[in-house]
Amino acid sequence: MTAHRGSFPLTRRLLLEGGTLVALAGVGPVLPVARATSAAADDRYPEAAFNQKDGNEAIRLLYDGQLAEPSDRIKLDAPEIAENGAVVPVSVTTTLADVTSIALVVPENPNPLAACYRLPPGTMPSVAGRLKMAKTSAIVAIVEAGGKLFSTSREVKVTVGGCGG
Amino acid sequence: MGSSIRVRAIANSEVTDVQTLIQHPMDSGFVKDDKGEIIPPHFIQQLTFEHKGRKVFVADWGTAVSKDPYVKFSFKGAGKGDDLKVGWIDNKGETDTVTVKIQ
Repeated sequence: MTAHRGSFPLTRRLLLEGGTLVALAGVGPVLPVARATSAAADDRYPEAAFNQKDGNEAIRLLYDGQLAEPSDRIKLDAPEIAENGAVVPVSVTTTLADVTSIALVVPENPNPLAACYRLPPGTMPSVAGRLKMAKTSAIVAIVEAGGKLFSTSREVKVTVGGCGG
Repeated sequence: MGSSIRVRAIANSEVTDVQTLIQHPMDSGFVKDDKGEIIPPHFIQQLTFEHKGRKVFVADWGTAVSKDPYVKFSFKGAGKGDDLKVGWIDNKGETDTVTVKIQ
């Protein structure tokens, strides 16, 4: 995700990670390889993106300013009405190829970026978990596939918020 | 004390399905306790799964992941009896790891 910033440390990381990635980097042009595996190769926790109070800004920070285009090839499952905002089951599956990461954003939460999952080659582009929602909001799924961003969203009505107190 | 991590990894021919449940408060820092004092943030930031020294799944989490987090994913390339190493680190620097056999 943050990999586009500097190709040198990333390439070094790829070399350190060893295995098939090294073989790929050896035969192909380095940059496209680095892009394709960006999400899997950079292990840093994207703290600034998680601290953001604005959903769009969080995505911008996470993906270096790239914009996501809407895609009907992403399936985002979440309840239409969540009685308990503290535990909202959310799953994302996509038929897009070369998926390297999946991020979930809840724009109405105090910190909208909820999770970002990095999927190295060989890991299926599908993830399920449970999120907290402060109030009724959309949930936005961002899928990074082949170095591009795609998104879909879904409205979830929350009757009891998960961040209250 | 037992591990905070419970993992079930089942290999079905080519694909291994992994389900994980972790005991963790996942305090967001936005909630007040009974006395009206803010409960400071305490949440897992990164959860990593490794198979044969290779990362197969990395979750970066913020404060919006529910208490006692659950996550499910699948990956290719593993077989029954292989080790799967699971580890997390939270915002206070606390960690836990466990290695399980894929069934």
